[in-house]
Amino acid sequence: MHAIEKLLAKKAGKTHVTTGEILNCEIDLAGINDLYLQTLRSFYEMGATKVHSPSKVMMFLDHYAPASSILQAQNQKEFREFCWDQGIEMLMDIDQGVCHQVVADKGLAHPGEIIIITDSHTTTHGAFGAFGTGVGATDLAIILATGKLWLRVPEIIKITFEGKPPHGVYAKDMILHAIGELGADFAVYKAVEFSGSTLQYLSISERMALCNMSTEMGAKTSYIQPDAITMAYLNEKVTRPYEIYQTDEDFSYAAEISFDVTHLSPKLAAPSSVDNVYDVTKFIGTPIDQAYLGSCTGGRAEDIGIAAGILKGKHIAPRTRFVIVPASKGVFLEAMSKGYVQSLVEAGATFVTPGCAACLGTHEGMIASGETCITTTNRNFPGRMGHTEARIFLGSPAAVAAAALEGKIVDPTAYIVKENG
Amino acid sequence: MKTFIKGRAFVFGNNIDTDQIYPGRFVEYTNVEDVAKYAMFGADPEFVKDVQAGDIIVAGTNFGCGSSREHAAITLKAVGVGAIIAESFARIFYRNAINLGLPLIVAPRILKLIEPGENISLDLSSGIIGNEKGIIKTAEPLSEYVLKILESGGIKPLIREQLLLEQGLHHGA
Repeated sequence: MHAIEKLLAKKAGKTHVTTGEILNCEIDLAGINDLYLQTLRSFYEMGATKVHSPSKVMMFLDHYAPASSILQAQNQKEFREFCWDQGIEMLMDIDQGVCHQVVADKGLAHPGEIIIITDSHTTTHGAFGAFGTGVGATDLAIILATGKLWLRVPEIIKITFEGKPPHGVYAKDMILHAIGELGADFAVYKAVEFSGSTLQYLSISERMALCNMSTEMGAKTSYIQPDAITMAYLNEKVTRPYEIYQTDEDFSYAAEISFDVTHLSPKLAAPSSVDNVYDVTKFIGTPIDQAYLGSCTGGRAEDIGIAAGILKGKHIAPRTRFVIVPASKGVFLEAMSKGYVQSLVEAGATFVTPGCAACLGTHEGMIASGETCITTTNRNFPGRMGHTEARIFLGSPAAVAAAALEGKIVDPTAYIVKENG
Repeated sequence: MKTFIKGRAFVFGNNIDTDQIYPGRFVEYTNVEDVAKYAMFGADPEFVKDVQAGDIIVAGTNFGCGSSREHAAITLKAVGVGAIIAESFARIFYRNAINLGLPLIVAPRILKLIEPGENISLDLSSGIIGNEKGIIKTAEPLSEYVLKILESGGIKPLIREQLLLEQGLHHGA
């Protein structure tokens, strides 16, 4: 069996499972976010009154942090009251940031657990060897009511990255390349394991970007077998006991794909689908109205550090704005203590509250009809960050910061200071 | 559950994401009457005016990709969409729709076989898709587990039953 299958089997009280089997699994960590008051509605509609395991539930007020309309404020109020009534202590209020980064910052993501959040990018937690998957409101309500959820044992695909990434090429470029080659629906219903010699060059932050974006090829979950880099991180952050599963040598994958990244160039996903991927050089000179750095994909301290390295002592181009959204309070504090915030604000960047912000087109950096945005986020669908007639390019933090500096798309390689490369 | 569904076909392409089905800026609405106003708004703002109860959405691959927002399934059910036939579905949307009791069926390469606006029918139990001329295609059968949820009118009645049973056992003990 694969490590993922062993984990699912354990949570379903079984010793063996097979692909396609439906399991009723115990859920170790269930997260609700503030977009989905329907979760509470569904909970009561099913006749539930008491949350099964309040200590395994987290409530994230992240997508509307802080509320920018009366309705958002009302929704957040209902969530807070629900937590207080139900004894849910892990209420992550508007100061905390995007759910996935908060879970990681607090040392709650680790091998051997099932993490389910009402957010499609819950695949991020594969970076820690956890089984993370996103669900809708009613599925989450079922976990609130029963502590369990049905899951189908997925087919598992192995994607291997080989070689040392060249200067200026990040995990974001690699995963965009893979999605561009394989398509936005390549891994629908399936689990994706990332492996290969490239992983030794990827920090936890970069691995999180990789696993996060597996959602954009349709993956149900993603997985990186914990190694020395994972363990160094876990030893520092995680205090709970956990179990690491190993894949049997005779396990047969549904598919195996390999990419050599040794000569990869920086990539962009062009409007308006994530699999519309080209070398950045194809778009050089495209004027940029807004550069945006943030989200559970590309809003970590390392990402902000790359931007600070490019912009320190300089200023963004006239007629361009640069919105930066730290993924979490922890990220924001680190970016401040390292001086990144100072450099970037002096360079003309606009910082907003840690959270999801304009990544999903709700507030804090929306874009107008006819505008072009380059962003470190995860989706460039029509209307994703504002008007449906706006254009969105997805790229690495370096591609975004270099575009902010020049006011147009450029090859970021020459702009990256060596210590960040 | 109605197993025989008949209606006009509304045809969409590949990768119809949840921002097209229900744009992010309307996600703060939580009452079904409000959510119903913006069905398919990002793909076709006229859809909500044209659609009638029982109409069928036909789409290409990866329908419902993107966000986990249940609003996408809620809005389509609320405007009366009878079923969605697609070449494939994104998994969270698939679960959300089934949980609500909104029938979905997978029919590879269906897109080029159906004209926008034509009257089509779908028999969920056999998977047979037809138009006025006859059978167009047979879709992949629904799994037993999914069929059970649909037949119960969604997952909520099933969980309600399970909770009542557990409470009864608890009180009996």
